[in-house]
Amino acid sequence: MQSTPLIPLADLKSGESATISALKAGRNINARLSTLGFTPGVIIRMTHNYGHGPIVVNVRDTRIALGRGEARTILVTRAKE
Amino acid sequence: MNLYRTYNQRTISSGIKDNTLMIALAGQPNMGKSTIFNLLTGLNQHVGNWPGKTVEKKEGEFHHNEHAIHLIDLPGTYSLSANSPEEIIARNFILQEKPDLVVAVVSAANLERSLYLVSELIVLETPLMIVLNMIDVAEQEGFSVDAKILQAAIGVPVIPMIASRASGLRTLLDYFDDFIDGKLEFYPRLPQISADHQHVKELIDELIEGFVPEYYPKNWTSMKLLEGDIEIFDILKSVLPPERWETIEDILKQHEDAGLAIASGRYEWIERNIRAAVHRPKLGQVGLTDRLDKFATHPIWGLLFLAVVLGLTFWLTFTIGTPIQEWMDSKILVPLGSLAQIWMIDAPAWVVSLVVDGIIGGVGAVVTFLPIIIIFFAAFGFLEDVGYMARAAYVMDNFMHWMGLHGKSFLPLFLGFGCNVPAVMGTRVIESWPARILTILLAPFVPCSARLAIIAFLAPAFFGKNAFIISWGLILSSIVILMIVGVIMNKIFFKGERTAFIMELPLYHIPNWRTALLLIWQRSLSFLKHAGSIILMMSVVVWALSEFPSGDLETSFLAQIGNFFAPVGNWMGFDWKLTVALITSFMAKENAIATLGVLFGRTEEFSLLQTIANTYTPAVGLAFMVVTLLFIPCVATVAVIKKETGSWKWTMVNIVLMLVVSIGMGSAVYAIASRLGL
Repeated sequence: MQSTPLIPLADLKSGESATISALKAGRNINARLSTLGFTPGVIIRMTHNYGHGPIVVNVRDTRIALGRGEARTILVTRAKE
Repeated sequence: MNLYRTYNQRTISSGIKDNTLMIALAGQPNMGKSTIFNLLTGLNQHVGNWPGKTVEKKEGEFHHNEHAIHLIDLPGTYSLSANSPEEIIARNFILQEKPDLVVAVVSAANLERSLYLVSELIVLETPLMIVLNMIDVAEQEGFSVDAKILQAAIGVPVIPMIASRASGLRTLLDYFDDFIDGKLEFYPRLPQISADHQHVKELIDELIEGFVPEYYPKNWTSMKLLEGDIEIFDILKSVLPPERWETIEDILKQHEDAGLAIASGRYEWIERNIRAAVHRPKLGQVGLTDRLDKFATHPIWGLLFLAVVLGLTFWLTFTIGTPIQEWMDSKILVPLGSLAQIWMIDAPAWVVSLVVDGIIGGVGAVVTFLPIIIIFFAAFGFLEDVGYMARAAYVMDNFMHWMGLHGKSFLPLFLGFGCNVPAVMGTRVIESWPARILTILLAPFVPCSARLAIIAFLAPAFFGKNAFIISWGLILSSIVILMIVGVIMNKIFFKGERTAFIMELPLYHIPNWRTALLLIWQRSLSFLKHAGSIILMMSVVVWALSEFPSGDLETSFLAQIGNFFAPVGNWMGFDWKLTVALITSFMAKENAIATLGVLFGRTEEFSLLQTIANTYTPAVGLAFMVVTLLFIPCVATVAVIKKETGSWKWTMVNIVLMLVVSIGMGSAVYAIASRLGL
């Protein structure tokens, strides 16, 4: 079985789900993100991604708006359909 | 090491009857914490700032079964780390002031996330109760939470509530009774640090032994060190012997990932505790929030929707507010003036003039703005409480990026249309300091309701039927100017720095009308106080300057001041009266009209509007409106800018910036408009 590749959260399309693998922002942003529920292993769903501008994700029943820059620092593995 | 610590049952002697029970209310943002605070304290509350901080402090007192209860509303925070001043305030209050009880408000609709703060609170020594709020919103989103099971899992009382309908309040008060009588038992089950970091934590525990300030629990301090907490880091660095500190710093460097591991550990604790308590009967159901967000956060529909919402807000504000304002003016102020004249029939003429022209005329004109401001704040507060404003911030994020800001800056700027003072204070939601400063500098460019009213008053005088188009054109131009200034300022002062945009989009829900009304009441009260003091003083000063030394306006002090600044006024086509009106608008924007009223009010044949229209050309009128929109912020705004930035430098930058922009634009507009023959 092939292992699923790590991709930045920003590459996820609207409606897709993924599992968070790592946070690669600085220490401060990592702390804020993990407080809000972005921790390795958690399932995250892309609610709105229009290819530019900020995105909206659903993590632990919470909707969070993230700048595209922040979304690039979160590495995820796409959930298999 | 025993991590499943047990609290002894806390028994409080009957002596409590003479004392006050101190309860701290904690919770993340958007949990309905304020609603619960208002339900408990009613109007008996005090709003101020935390000492030395620009963070709002709310406290209140209420009596229940002969007990006085002192309630402190801690700032809404997602955690107890040192990421923001709010978080430091919240945790230091609990650790240092040692309240008798902490009540944590969590939302059933965001249970996992909102319990994160509980996972931090529960390790502190202070007894903890959990209010499980918004069970109705959870049902609306398709799931339910069993409070009893949650209580059994966490080991502290869990009280279900729907604060927006005041349901569950009785039960909460009963729990307070039980707590006072010592009948409550707390057996909290504490979150554990993951096994691979347990050893490291014990090492640090040993190293800091005996050096931790007494109000910080040792166990908690070592945990915070591992998490990378800046405040604890600095404190321990200053108290520990250097060689011990070096060892600790080495350990911390090797375990930089510990912060993430600790957060994960807390979430594992949460997942374990809620597993049995949460039911999701309709899995995969699309809740109300997701359905609405399809439109509200869409890049095109979302912007259109925002435009409609903003349009409606303004429409509502001015269609309801303006008639009330006019009614107050003609049915209250004018009769009041005549009445005062009759009362003071024996008084010297100058006293009558002071009261009628100075006080009733000046302050009254400002107080009649109250309906407009109240309606605007009510509309804004409603949109915020419903949960919409976060969506507005989200769709505006792209535009704010041009200025190096992000979506959150849109909220205070929008608030600025009501009044710039709360707009400047509203910038507290912005985490990054440069972004906050820039937003503060830009806030006065947003035309506040007072300036909008000046435009609405003057535009018909000069442009008749076209007044509407001219007014909108002026408002749009000032927003374009705001953006241009923002882009330039960002380049000059902040080197195009970009800040992280992380913002929760709360679930939509119906707000509590009591909380909403209370907020409107508090805001109106502070506006009235402001009108009562600064503007009263200013009205009297303007009146006195226009009356002395000769009793003749043309040779008064006011005319002399106006003539002194006349050369600058000339660039924009102003005579001394307009120049004086502009200068007095620094005290309060509304003064521009009040001053013109005082200066022109003595020729009785025409209304003020007609007199102004007969005196000045439309080119002068247009220039005056442009300058008024962009002139130095009013004194209240300047004061609040100084307070929020804590710096005279930025306050002066703001004043000079607006002075240059307004006079520059005013002169340009006058030059162009008079060439066009206006």
